[in-house]
Amino acid sequence: MGEKLVVIGAGMASGRMLEYLFEADPDRYEVTLFGAEPRGNYNRIMLSPVLAGEKSYEDIVTHDAAWYAEHGVDCQFGKTITRIDRAARTVYADGVETTFDKLVVATGSAPFIIPIAGKDLPGVMAFRDLDDVNRMVAAAERPNARAVVIGGGLLGLEAAAALRNRGMEVVVLHLMGHLMERQLDPAAGYLLQRELEGRGIKIHCKAQTKAILGEDRVEAVLLEDGTVYDADIVVMAVGIRPETRIATDAGLQVERGIVVDDQMRTSDPDILALGECVEHQGVVYGLVAPLYDMAKVAAKTLTGTEAAFKPVQTATQLKVTGVNLYSAGDFAEADDREEIVLRDASVGVYKRVVLKQDKIIGAVLYGETGDGAWYFDLLKRGENVTEMRDTLIFGQAYQGGAQLDPMAAVAALPDDAEICGCNGVCKSTITGAIAEKGLTSLDDVRSHTKASASCGTCTGLVEQLLAATLGDAYNPAAVQPMCPCTDLGHDDVRRLIVAKGLKSMPAVMQELEWKTSCGCAKCRPALNYYLLSTWPGEYEDDNQSRFINERVHANIQKDGTYSVVPRMWGGLTNSRELRAIADVADKFAIPTVKVTGGQRIDLLGVKKEDLPAVWADLNAAGMVSGAAYAKGLRTVKTCVGSDWCRFGTQDSTGLGVRIEKFMWGSWTPAKVKMAVSGCPRNCAEATCKDVGVICVDSGYEIHFAGAAGLDIKGTEVLCHAKTEDEAMEIIVALTQLYREQGRYLERIYKWAKRVGSDSIKANVVDDLAKRRHYFERFVYSQKFAQVDPWQERVNGKDAHEFAALAEFGMPQQAAE
Amino acid sequence: MTDWIAIGSINDIPRRGARCVKSPIGTIAVFRTVDDKVYAIEDRCPHRGGPLSQGIVHGAQVTCPLHNWVFSLETGEAQGADEGQVRTFALRLEGEVIYIDADLAMAIAAE
Repeated sequence: MGEKLVVIGAGMASGRMLEYLFEADPDRYEVTLFGAEPRGNYNRIMLSPVLAGEKSYEDIVTHDAAWYAEHGVDCQFGKTITRIDRAARTVYADGVETTFDKLVVATGSAPFIIPIAGKDLPGVMAFRDLDDVNRMVAAAERPNARAVVIGGGLLGLEAAAALRNRGMEVVVLHLMGHLMERQLDPAAGYLLQRELEGRGIKIHCKAQTKAILGEDRVEAVLLEDGTVYDADIVVMAVGIRPETRIATDAGLQVERGIVVDDQMRTSDPDILALGECVEHQGVVYGLVAPLYDMAKVAAKTLTGTEAAFKPVQTATQLKVTGVNLYSAGDFAEADDREEIVLRDASVGVYKRVVLKQDKIIGAVLYGETGDGAWYFDLLKRGENVTEMRDTLIFGQAYQGGAQLDPMAAVAALPDDAEICGCNGVCKSTITGAIAEKGLTSLDDVRSHTKASASCGTCTGLVEQLLAATLGDAYNPAAVQPMCPCTDLGHDDVRRLIVAKGLKSMPAVMQELEWKTSCGCAKCRPALNYYLLSTWPGEYEDDNQSRFINERVHANIQKDGTYSVVPRMWGGLTNSRELRAIADVADKFAIPTVKVTGGQRIDLLGVKKEDLPAVWADLNAAGMVSGAAYAKGLRTVKTCVGSDWCRFGTQDSTGLGVRIEKFMWGSWTPAKVKMAVSGCPRNCAEATCKDVGVICVDSGYEIHFAGAAGLDIKGTEVLCHAKTEDEAMEIIVALTQLYREQGRYLERIYKWAKRVGSDSIKANVVDDLAKRRHYFERFVYSQKFAQVDPWQERVNGKDAHEFAALAEFGMPQQAAE
Repeated sequence: MTDWIAIGSINDIPRRGARCVKSPIGTIAVFRTVDDKVYAIEDRCPHRGGPLSQGIVHGAQVTCPLHNWVFSLETGEAQGADEGQVRTFALRLEGEVIYIDADLAMAIAAE
C-alpha cells in the first residue's frame, strides 16, 4: 500500500499538483482529497465567462469524477477540514478523521469582505466560486435587477461586464482614481472606463463605501459622500486574503500566508502548502502561472525529486468579451524611466512601453494586444531594445522589415518565448509536442501541453503555432464549427445568442462575425431554429432560411412533387376523415396513398400548385398538418390500451392523444417521434422512439433516447411516473431541455449521449423546480407555435410559393 | 435583336428566394438575392433533376433541395467537389420590372 497523502483544498493549484504527481509516480500515494465546495476541480479563472453566459460550468470542469476514479483519489467534496492534529498525523472534517503521512494544504484564498454595516445582509456576495455565480445568475433573471459591484479591479470588472451582459443595471464602485490601478496606468484606465460606460455600466471612482442598506436583504449602498445606489445584489470584489486559519491553528508558521520554503514545505517538513494560501520569500501570489509552478515543485518534493520554486513575473489580461487589454511588469512613472506611447483615440488604441536603461520593464496595451506576448518576452529576458527603439511601439511585425503577417510574427518568436502565461508553456514545448505526438487540433495541444487550457487568451497564438507547424495539414475544423461561414461551434453560437441578446439573423451574423454575407444552407436553418426556440414570440420565423419541406409544409419527393400527411392524433381516425382523404385523392388524382410507420396516411405525388386546395379540403374535414416534414413533434404512436386490450394497464391511446395535442406545433432541433404502449408487450414499439412510455400497473415508465433509423438503439429508462399528469410534465420538460441544448439536426439519442443521461435526469426528474421551469418555458413557447400552417396558407399566406411568376412561349399563349 | 419579355416585379420574389417561370423548355427559376440582384437558371439540377427554385438561397448561390448540390446563380456552375452546370438566362431589371431574354429558350424549343 502507498503512503497516505491528504490534500486539503480541491482547487486549481492542488489539481495541477495531483496531475504532476500521478504522472511522475502514480502508485506512490493513496490520495484523499478534501474540498469545501461540493464539487471537484474546475477552472476558476473561467467563472467570468460562465457568469456572462458565454460558457457553461461543464465547459470549465478540469477534473471530472472519472478522472478522480481513474487515479484512485478518495474524494471528500463538500467537507471542510476543521482541524489538523500534527502530533497524531490526522485531519478532522465534519465527523471524518483521516490520517496522513504527508499533508498538502491548498486552502486558497477567501474574498475580502469590507467591514461595514450591512455586509451580512442577504444579497451581499463575493465572486469566488460557482455558488456565487449561480446566485448572481439567479438575481439577474429578475426583471430590472440592479447590481452594485464594489471593486474596480480585474475580478470586479469581469463580474460587472458579465452581469450587464445578463441585462442587469450595474454600478461599479472603485476606491481609487482609475480602474484596475494595479495593472493599468490612468490613460488605459480611462479607455477601459469609457468602453464599459458605453455598455451601460455606471462607474464611480474614488467611491468610499460607507454602509450597505436594507431591512431583510440588500436594498442600497451608501457612500461617504452621501450618494445612494439602489441594489438588489452587492458583489464584493475588493480583494482576497490567504485562507490560513487551519494552518495557524495547527501551529504552522504563518505570516500573511502560510510560510513555505523553495520546496513548498511549511515549517513542518511533512506538511506542504501551495497556491494562494502561501507566502514565499515574503510574497503572496494570486495569478495562476506561479501557482502552477508551485504545483510542479510540490509534486517533485512529494516524490523526492529536487526542485525549487522561483518567483516569477506575471502578465494580466482582462477576460471581458470585446475588451482587449494587456499589462505586464512595472509601469509607474519615475525619473529614471522613459516611455514610448502610441495613441489612436478614434479606434481606441493605446500602447505604452516603459523602458529603464534601454530595457523594457513594463507594458500596457489597450485595444490592440497582439504584441503583448512579444513585449513580455523582451521584458523577461531583459533584452536591450536600443536597436529597435524607433519602431518598438508598432510591435513585432515592424521589426527587421518583416511583413505584416501574423503567422510570420509567431514564426519569428524565439523557441523559449512564453506562449501560455498561465501554464508557463513556451513555444518550443508546443511545436515539439505537435511534431512528436502528431497533434492536429487545439484540444490536442491543450491536453498534451496545457497551453491555452486555463484562461484561453493565448488560444489565437496556439492556433497560429499549429498552422505554422502543420502548414496545410492544420484543420481548425477539428473544433467543428457550425459551417464554413463561422469558426464557432453550435454550442458557442447558441450561448452567444442568449448572452448577447441577439434576436435576428443579421444581428447574429454581424455580432458573431460571420464570414459570408447571408450564411449558407447549413447555418441558416440552424440559426433560424436557435433564434426561434430562444426568443419565442419575439423572433419572426425566417421562411427563406427553412428547408423547402418546412417552408411549404409538405415533403418534397424525388420528382419535385410533394407528399401530404394530415395529423391523426395518437393514430386515431374515423370514417369522416377517411372519406375526406379518399375524396381528396380522387379529386386531385393523387397517385399513391400509403400508411406510414407512425400510424398516419400519406398522400404522395401532389403537385405543388395543388397543395393549398388539398389542404383546404382536409381542413374542412377537421384535419390539420401532420408535420411529417418538421424538425418538430412528428407522431405519437399508440396501442389501444385499457380501452380495448385485455392486457392494457392504462389508457395509452388517451395519453398519446393528450401528448400530441399538447405538443404539436413545437419546433425541435431534429424530428421527435414518440409512442405510448399500454403494457410491457409494447405493441406501439415505444422502446425505439425519441421518447416512449410503457404503461404499467403502478403508472408510467418513461423512456427516451431510442433510435430506429441510421442507428438502432433501445431507449433508456428516464424514470417512473405515478400519474398521467406527472408523466406529461416530465415528457414536456425533457423535450424543452432538448430544445434548449440540442444542436440543430441532433436527435435526442445523440444529444443524450453528448450531455449524459445523468445531467438530463438531474434537470427533469430529480429537481422538481427545474422540471417545472422547463415545463413552463415549453408552455410559453407553444402560445406562438400552435397555429395550423395549412390553414394559414389556405387563407392566403405565402401565396407566391404555390403559383408561377409568369409563363411565356407556352402553347396556349402562342395561340392568342 | 434580343426578345425581352416582362415576367413580373422584383417585389413578387422574396429576398433570398425564387419564383418559377414556365417556358417551352420547362421551368426557369428566377432568384432574388439578399441585395436585390436577380438571376435566372434552369430549374433542374443536373444531378437528379431537383427543382433548384425550391432550394435555400445564400449569397449568389442556391443549394438544391434534394441532395444539397450548390450552384452559382451567376455562372450556373456546380460549386465545391460536385461537377455540373445548369443553363443561365439573362435578365434585365428596369425599375421594379424584370425582363427575361426569351431568345435562348425559344431557340432551344424550336430545335
